[in-house]
Amino acid sequence: MNILRLSWKNLTNKPLNMGLSLVLFGLGVGLISLLLVLNDQLQEKFSKNLAGVDLVVGAKGSPLQLILSSMYHIDAPTGNINISDAAPFLRPGHPIIESAIPLSLGDSYRGHRIVGTEPAFLALYGAVLAEGAMWQRTMEVVAGAGVASKLGLSIGDTFKSSHGFDQNEDLVHEDAESFKIVGILEPTGAVADQLLLTRFSSLWAVHESHDHESHDHEGHDHESEGAGEPYPKGLLDYQDKQITSMLIQFKGHNIQALNMQRAINENTEMQAATPAIEINRLYSLMGTGTKALRWLAMVIIIVSGLSIFISLYNSLKERRYELALMRVMGASRSKLLALIVLEGLLLAVLGYVLGIGLSHGAMYLLADQMRETYQYDFSWAHFLQEELYLLGGALGIGLAAAILPALQARNTDISETLSDG
Amino acid sequence: MLKTTNLSYAYAPGQGLSFPDIHCQKGEHCLILGQSGSGKTTLLHLLGGLRAPQAGEVMINGTALSSLSSAALDRFRGQQIGIIFQTAHFVQSLTVSDNLALAQHLAGVRPDRARIRNLLERLGLGHKGSARPQQLSVGEKQRASIARAIINQPAIILADEPTSALDDRNCGQVLELLEEQARAVDATLLIVTHDARLKGGIPNQITIGQP
Repeated sequence: MNILRLSWKNLTNKPLNMGLSLVLFGLGVGLISLLLVLNDQLQEKFSKNLAGVDLVVGAKGSPLQLILSSMYHIDAPTGNINISDAAPFLRPGHPIIESAIPLSLGDSYRGHRIVGTEPAFLALYGAVLAEGAMWQRTMEVVAGAGVASKLGLSIGDTFKSSHGFDQNEDLVHEDAESFKIVGILEPTGAVADQLLLTRFSSLWAVHESHDHESHDHEGHDHESEGAGEPYPKGLLDYQDKQITSMLIQFKGHNIQALNMQRAINENTEMQAATPAIEINRLYSLMGTGTKALRWLAMVIIIVSGLSIFISLYNSLKERRYELALMRVMGASRSKLLALIVLEGLLLAVLGYVLGIGLSHGAMYLLADQMRETYQYDFSWAHFLQEELYLLGGALGIGLAAAILPALQARNTDISETLSDG
Repeated sequence: MLKTTNLSYAYAPGQGLSFPDIHCQKGEHCLILGQSGSGKTTLLHLLGGLRAPQAGEVMINGTALSSLSSAALDRFRGQQIGIIFQTAHFVQSLTVSDNLALAQHLAGVRPDRARIRNLLERLGLGHKGSARPQQLSVGEKQRASIARAIINQPAIILADEPTSALDDRNCGQVLELLEEQARAVDATLLIVTHDARLKGGIPNQITIGQP
């Protein structure tokens, strides 16, 4: 029998009081921990997916929407741009632009976006093939590691895409040619894991099959495209077509590069947005909500601290005689102080453990839904140093809640108390 | 050995209590008698170092309680003095056995489960070791509090009205048990009471509160 064990026995002797304090404390700690873990993972993913892209060029609209749809594959695109307008930026040898990668969006397969692009897209995310080969032809697909694993895709599998980004059987392009998996990527930890990547022309081919009857043949010639291979030429050879956006990396950050965004926005029908600026804007938008939730969690923790205080204070009234008895048995004043402080700290530690458990449990349950929303893998086993600081805070609150009752226990007048008994 | 000299205590000015000198040898059993309000419990608290006298001295085995610091007095009390109260109280969250182990721990003695078991057996509580205090009858509680008072083999056992709440049969049993256990550890036994039933049991008697 020691003081720690006695503290534990005293707490478990009143399971309802202990349970209430624990649940409140756990909820507060859990909410803060969940916010920290979510925020950290989102920021990490967002930063990782910046992928050195300096500028995104797409249709006019919300710049944040353009960034979210083209870089993070979360939101709907702002529209399409003509290749003829984008061509000056896509042409190799641009004095300012190191690389410009075209993206065509609009279709998905079982909730995962199909991105028509160039092989250079893979280099942005450091993605390499785990098996199979790169696409060579229209309708050939390289699947990200996450989507391949989730949907059980393997080389040679075929599928038909759906219009839009939601899983909807009614929107499947039944009359279009099937996509065919020719390669699967190694995991990157970036958005590429959740995408189905294909040649820039594949989405044109899918949508062309709908409109073929009313299709405008001017500007391209199916006869010359070769049997079974629509759009065999390079992207710039199809000036009458459209893409969704371009991901641009500059050669250097000189004044011309910095002016390019303004020049595009002012002088073209397109819109240019800087990912870093838009993501910071997003953080500040999210920050307001996060801050409100963090305050709410702090209030819950303070209420739980009060609950611990009230619980210990009330138990002192009931245990006055016990405490005096302990002094009779040889306990020093400081031992009684330590006993009550330990009870407060034990509650805080247990509340903390419960909170961290709740937070990571919630992450585990939310991971699937978050993956669908944000196109990233979220891990429940992602622990932060801040959560250790949270333990320090929890111990501080436990101590603060216990110190007054502990001082009262320390100052128990043995003789007076026992005379009342 | 217990010795007091010129012991007095006042709860308020003009309401002082003076106590006769007490001298109990090692292993001796004494009865301190007095009516309600005569200061019996105050005297017991002074003897047990639970309250400091305003004048006079309490010596136990040659140690003056007033010479000890607060922490040293706590330790001394835990090791040398066993106290039994009129109403037996326990740490409610612990079993009877754990209450005894706590008494050992607080006195700085390594908890000895075998000794606890033996002592409870001797007091007829062998089957109650794992019971909670609230599951014991009044008589069992008093016996358990005796066990707790003697678990550390104290030099002095102080009992405050140990039989007042008991019927005649239990009263006799408890007195017998107290004397037997005090003899077993060769402790000085001092009982303060107004219970006239004990008068015949212990011949060495001091009456307080008389003009």
